[in-house]
Amino acid sequence: MSTLTSLARAVAVATGTAQRTCTVRHVHVSARPLVFVPLALAGEAVAPLAAIVGDQPQAPALLVVAEPRDRDQRFAFAADLAAVVLRYIDGYLAEQEPTPGREPATRYADAPQLLVPNQAGITFTRLLGRSTRFRRTEGPYAVPPSVPLLGRWLTFFTERAESPSSSLMLAATDVLAAHWATGQSPVEDRNLGALLGWIDPPPGMSGAQAAAAAEDPVRCPPAGPATDPTFDNEVLDQRMLAVRAARLSGDGRAFQRAAAALTAALATQLEPTWALMWRAVALLRALPEGAHVAARWDGDKDAFTWHARHVADGGPPQPRRDGAVAAARRLASLERLHEMVAAQRAFDDPLVMAEHRLAGEAFAGRVVAAEPDRVVGAGARRVLRPRITVETGDVPPAEPGGTFTSPARPGQQARVVAVTAAGGRTRVVLELRGGMGRSLTPPPGSMPALGEFVSYAAFGDGWQPPPAFPAPEDTPWTHGGPPARYAPDDDDAREDWS
Amino acid sequence: MTERAAELAEQAAARILADLGGSRRGVVVDSPPGAGKSTLVVRAAAALADAGEPVMVIAQTNEQVDDLTDRLAAARPQLALGRLAAGDYAPPDRVTRHPRVRLSTRLADLSGCPVVLSTAHKWATVRAEAAWPWAIVDEAYQMRSDLLLRVAGLFQRALFVGDPGQLDPFSVVQTERWTGLSWDPMQSAVAVLLRHNPDLPVHVLPVSWRLPASAAPVVSEAFYPFTGFAAATGPGERRVAFATASFGDHAVDRALETAAAHGWALYELPARHAVRTDAEAAAACADLAARLLQRGAVCHSERSPAGDPVTAGRVAVGTAHRDQAAAVRAALADRGVTGVTADTANRLQGREFDVVIVLHPLSGRRDATAFHLEAGRLCVLTTRHRHACLVVARAGIPELLDAHPSAEPVHLNVPVRFPDGWEANQAMLAHLSQWKVRAP
Repeated sequence: MSTLTSLARAVAVATGTAQRTCTVRHVHVSARPLVFVPLALAGEAVAPLAAIVGDQPQAPALLVVAEPRDRDQRFAFAADLAAVVLRYIDGYLAEQEPTPGREPATRYADAPQLLVPNQAGITFTRLLGRSTRFRRTEGPYAVPPSVPLLGRWLTFFTERAESPSSSLMLAATDVLAAHWATGQSPVEDRNLGALLGWIDPPPGMSGAQAAAAAEDPVRCPPAGPATDPTFDNEVLDQRMLAVRAARLSGDGRAFQRAAAALTAALATQLEPTWALMWRAVALLRALPEGAHVAARWDGDKDAFTWHARHVADGGPPQPRRDGAVAAARRLASLERLHEMVAAQRAFDDPLVMAEHRLAGEAFAGRVVAAEPDRVVGAGARRVLRPRITVETGDVPPAEPGGTFTSPARPGQQARVVAVTAAGGRTRVVLELRGGMGRSLTPPPGSMPALGEFVSYAAFGDGWQPPPAFPAPEDTPWTHGGPPARYAPDDDDAREDWS
Repeated sequence: MTERAAELAEQAAARILADLGGSRRGVVVDSPPGAGKSTLVVRAAAALADAGEPVMVIAQTNEQVDDLTDRLAAARPQLALGRLAAGDYAPPDRVTRHPRVRLSTRLADLSGCPVVLSTAHKWATVRAEAAWPWAIVDEAYQMRSDLLLRVAGLFQRALFVGDPGQLDPFSVVQTERWTGLSWDPMQSAVAVLLRHNPDLPVHVLPVSWRLPASAAPVVSEAFYPFTGFAAATGPGERRVAFATASFGDHAVDRALETAAAHGWALYELPARHAVRTDAEAAAACADLAARLLQRGAVCHSERSPAGDPVTAGRVAVGTAHRDQAAAVRAALADRGVTGVTADTANRLQGREFDVVIVLHPLSGRRDATAFHLEAGRLCVLTTRHRHACLVVARAGIPELLDAHPSAEPVHLNVPVRFPDGWEANQAMLAHLSQWKVRAP
């Protein structure tokens, strides 16, 4: 935890209200996200019990599995869920936009967004995707064609959720906790009700009181996938037994009554979370969006377009495991995105930049001297190299020779020429290059002016070429040699533990 | 003792060099701290070059490549060496002083050099038409397996040398996506290599030239429980003496004298939960370093029986976190001490000092996380010294360990690593408690 976040948490405890740790929102929030709150049966790996899902706050679909241990019913649930999810995704496959100068020449104009309450919801979605995407649509144990398709899309969303730059699938508690600091521990922040209590308490209550009230599982049932054990013992068990007894008795009306009672009981567990999820969406929408968010969402649109076309062209489902080359490639890409997003967050948000200033990775101050017309070299090799002097109260990480980047002018490099400290303040002389055109006088605004407040960071969001990896068929002997060609088969659907 | 040690080490080296002549695709050498790893790399490179086989040498940092270049050039002045480097690399004197070392950013410029040395990252950018017959990978346990994947296409056979007890490579990305896969890219190069090629010979260097007789058995038992190693020197061959006597009875002096006499000292501060940059602990580290230099410590060893003064450059303070190292550096500056190295375990890896002061990773903590319990971290910190090691810690670490038993999840298809960090911490503390000095 950084110094600033620790301070914000301490202030939150003292004042009883959550404190903002960001001035802008660093994720994209769709105009029409698909909110998905799944519940699982306790003691089973991926046994869906119920789910509430939809893209309209007032019109949720409630899906219930009366007997989660029955695999036929599990896949019937998957088919019901597929109807909602695939219809929602289809809504984004209508409109395309051009991508000038890039291949492919068009992409979908917007992308779907899946919102779940917490990380455990993402894990459940991942496992549900894995258990459905390899199912056969003919022969023994056949499922409707929408089930494996749902599995492929759920897998796509959860794989994107691992990427730090993606907003295609978000966990509400993660996003809220990244924008607000509460007076409770990070573990307690994983409780959506308590977290929203701190951030947006009901009138007449402090954040701390609202969070304490949210700990009562009757008022605020767990946001899934795990259910409240008392609910399991006192309510769920009886109603599931009643459904089973009614089915065995063959009495159709009794069965319908029992099933309706079970659905009503599960609705009491899901509806409060449904309301919390849309409150979270509203809170996030109220924040202004960071400058780089739209560019990152464009990346999500590219990924969505790629996958939609891959599915339409009859491509195979995602393999169960990454091969040696695919794993290394993916790790390299995640690491580069991690660095890029960290830099973009700091450049978009002075509060995030302040954390880097406190950690000694950046400094900020006023320009106290400037030589805008400084030119070095002679004849045809004369180049513009203006210098500025920044006076800062931070402890700058600057040593002569280091290069820095300013969020205001990311295309411009600043090299440290000299650092002098006096009376608790430090003067840093910087030489600028790039981003000022070709003439020997910088155009107005292309470099910091005298008196301007500027910040400089030791990191930049500069693009780096992706590292080169061998092709999968050239996997070296140290990594097991070239793998057998992947062909989906029935074994893919089998689990070691099933 | 030293002659016997030299004989053992020579036998091990001969076995390894004999294996290089065999038919195996790879040879792995596990080297405990200070066991002559670089010497082995230099010998193997020279032997392969003598046999007429071009060798590529892969190390992890430019510093390591420069060291190997210097040592190889000194050992074989007539051998043409290629030093491949990135465009912004500035060669130090110890590389440029050798006339037969050629420097270039492009491999094509170095054709004709029987040995070419570079970092793994630079090798990963190289495209060669023909694979090299041999590669030597130094510090292979610090190399991540995804980097090995990028360079492994360049060579046919390889010698992997490294210290299995040190810190594992890490990633900023936290994911369990590849846990249990034999090619998990977060694992070390050697771990992945051995899972795919379990029949490769694994040799162990038997003798540590760095660690004194007081340290080798303790470290061997705590961190290398199955292979073990011995010190090259016998008890009493390495001594620390002070040019001045202490005045009065002060805990700092007693800790220094305990360390001089026994090779170890535990300087124990009163129990307290402290912030990470515990000011008292940082001050204690700086006090010990300052007092050590003030009292004119002299170390006697097999290299210089008459004794060498311990200068600031031969003293280091090791910590777990960067901000702790910064706090110690500030405390040293306050005392007017310059030249003492204060850095994290990650950055002290591969370095050697006469006396090392360690700020215990668990000192003053409320919890024992996997990071702070990691066996490799404690192993790096307690194996940098030739003469003595002083550990600074707040009281209460045994209670902390008892309250936080190892609770890491066990994954399918993941080989169990020994030693476990909790166990290694207990073993070190049990040993250190004999040489405890309580601070006032």
